[in-house]
Amino acid sequence: MMLNIVNKSPFASNSLDSCLSTSAPGSSVLLIEDGVYAALSGRIAETQSDFTYYALESDLQARGLEGRVPDGVEVIDYSGFVDLVADHDRVQSWL
Amino acid sequence: MSQNVKKFCYVNRKAPYGTIYAWESLEVVLIGAAFEQDVTLVFMDDGVFQLVKGMNTKGAAMKDFSKTYSALGDYDITKIYIDKESLDERGLTLDDLQHLTWEDENEDWAEKDSIHLVDRKALGALLEEQDVVLSF
Repeated sequence: MMLNIVNKSPFASNSLDSCLSTSAPGSSVLLIEDGVYAALSGRIAETQSDFTYYALESDLQARGLEGRVPDGVEVIDYSGFVDLVADHDRVQSWL
Repeated sequence: MSQNVKKFCYVNRKAPYGTIYAWESLEVVLIGAAFEQDVTLVFMDDGVFQLVKGMNTKGAAMKDFSKTYSALGDYDITKIYIDKESLDERGLTLDDLQHLTWEDENEDWAEKDSIHLVDRKALGALLEEQDVVLSF
């Protein structure tokens, strides 16, 4: 299964939308860097039955979003990032 | 000197940390203020994220420049405009942003709010009043 990595704000780029409309249901989506601003958009709630969401803790903290992570998003640290990459067959970065 | 003062407006539309724009803007803003120009800041689109409270960049190993915004008042930067529509779209309110103030020496150093919440139309009018608009 694919691990999708999104690092752009969903308010400023279509990266997250392209990722979600392209990826097979059941895929994983990891939000890093400005991708963590997806925590403030409705897209996660709309699509969380189709995708497994993760967000990188340090990027949430840097942006003051630690307390705003919606249900259905698992917050992970850098070693969790490594585990995700190791546990998936492929990785696609939606730059 | 006074006839050389121009109205400079800095328009911030990018989130912090993901790109260098926000930090670069802050550096240029402080330079402009040091030359005693008439400075206005605008935060719109993802730029409103620059002022979100409670940032902690330790884990991301980046410089936390968010505390510098609270010093803007000391540089006589007292006009900061936030686009309401951009806040609304992101589920944010003014309470989620830093409370930025300045002290008015003409009123016994009374503390006053620097931040003004405006709509797009008011922003457009504000930009029309400027001599120079710098975009980040």
